[in-house]
Amino acid sequence: MYPAAFDYYAPKHIKEVLGLLGKLKDDAKVLAGGHSLIPMMKLRLAQPKHLVDLRKVSGLSGIKLNGKAFAIGAMTTHWEIESSATVKSKLPVLAEVASVIGDPAVRNKGTLGGSLAHADPAADWPAAMIALDAEIVCEGPKGKRKVAADQWFLGLMATALQDKEILVQVRVPLPAAGSGAAYMKFPHPASRFAVVGVCAAVTLDKQGTCVKASVAVTGAGTKAVRAKGVEAALVGKKLEAAAIEAAAQKAAEGVDVQADLQGSVEYKAHLCRVFAKRAITEAVKRAGA
Amino acid sequence: MKLPVKMTINGQKTSDEVEPRLLLVHYIREVVGLTGTHVGCDTSQCGACTILMNGQAVKACTMFAVQADGATITTIEGLARNGELHPIQQGFWEKHGLQCGFCTPGMIMTAYQLLERYPKPTEEQIRHQLEGNLCRCTGYHNIVKAIEWAAEHMAGKK
Repeated sequence: MYPAAFDYYAPKHIKEVLGLLGKLKDDAKVLAGGHSLIPMMKLRLAQPKHLVDLRKVSGLSGIKLNGKAFAIGAMTTHWEIESSATVKSKLPVLAEVASVIGDPAVRNKGTLGGSLAHADPAADWPAAMIALDAEIVCEGPKGKRKVAADQWFLGLMATALQDKEILVQVRVPLPAAGSGAAYMKFPHPASRFAVVGVCAAVTLDKQGTCVKASVAVTGAGTKAVRAKGVEAALVGKKLEAAAIEAAAQKAAEGVDVQADLQGSVEYKAHLCRVFAKRAITEAVKRAGA
Repeated sequence: MKLPVKMTINGQKTSDEVEPRLLLVHYIREVVGLTGTHVGCDTSQCGACTILMNGQAVKACTMFAVQADGATITTIEGLARNGELHPIQQGFWEKHGLQCGFCTPGMIMTAYQLLERYPKPTEEQIRHQLEGNLCRCTGYHNIVKAIEWAAEHMAGKK
C-alpha cells in the first residue's frame, strides 16, 4: 500500500512551520512520528497534498521538570517517556502508560504530541492526560495558548487545535503528597490499542480519606472523557473495596459508548466499570505506599 | 516532486532521488535491493519490516524514505560479520526459532534492540518486547528460547 502523492517539507523552525501552514491551508497535514497518520494515508483515509514534517524543528523534543510540572515537548517519543529516569521517579504513571502503547517499535517513533493531536478514540494518552490534569500548549500565528486536557478532545479525532496552529508542548503537574495514579487497559490483541482504558489519580489525606479524585476513560466512546460521576463518588470517602466498587459502577456514565468489532455497548460499558475498579484500586494502593 | 535522500545502510552509503510517498521498506527492498527486510501486514502490526534506524527498531512500512534522510540503518543483511552469523541469528539456528522464516528478519532486528535494552532478559520481558512481531507459524516458544540462547552467548563474549 502506498499513499496518494504529496509534497514534503522538513522545516527547521516553528516559524517556518506556521508560515507553511498559513500558506498551504487545509491541504497540509503536520507529520510527527507518523504512526497514526501514515497508516491512514496508506489506507487513503487521509490524502493531504502537503506534508510538513516536524522532525527537524528544534525545541519540540525532550522532558523537563520545571518546579512543580513536567514540560514534555510534543515530539518526545513514547519510548523516551517510558525510559526517562526522572519520569519513573516523579510521575511513574506516565512511564506506565507509555510502556503499554502499541509495541516497542511503535513507541520508538510515535510521539506524545502526535497522539494527542490525532485524538484516536482508542489511544492511551488521552485518558492519562485528562486524569493527570495536563495542559496542552499550542502555538499559532498569534502566539501560544494553553488548553486543559479535559477541554481538548471534542469528538472523533477532533480536538481544540485550531487551523494554522501546532501542538508544541504538554505540561503535566506533579501530584500533591499522598497521591497515587494508575492506568489499566484491555488491549486489542493485534493493535494493542485500548478497547477500554481507564486512568485514575487519587489524593488521600493522613486519615486515608480521598480529598481529590481524577478519573478518565478512553477507548469506549468517540473520545476520551472525564468520569465525573466516579470522581464525585470517591471524594470524601475512605477508599475501601466497597466504596471503590460503588464509584466504579458510574464509569460508563457520560461516555458515548460505541459498539464495534471489539464488543457491544453493554460489553464495553462493563469493561469501563471493571477497569475503573482496577485502576482506582491500584491508585489507592500507590497513594498509601 | 522527487527529493534527494542519502542514508548509510549496513555501512554502505546510498544516494537516490525518490517520491516523498515512497515507503522506507520499499526504498530498502526495491531501490537499494536488500530484500531481507519483509513486508508482512503493511499495517504497522506484524513487525516483519523491522529495521534499526539510528540504533532504534522501527517498522519500515510506517515511514517514508524521506524521513530517513541522513539516517544510519541496519537491516538483517548487516548483522553477520565476515560470513559469521550474529549470536542472535545463531540462536535462531540452534533453537529452531523459525518455521517458514517470513517473520524472522523482523524478529531478529527486534531481538537486537531487546538485548541492548535488557541484556539479561526474563522470559516475560522477551515476550513483552516481542508484542509488535507476529509469527503466523505460532513459533513463539522457540523464538523466546533463541533469544535466551543469544543473551547467554552475547554475555559470554563481553
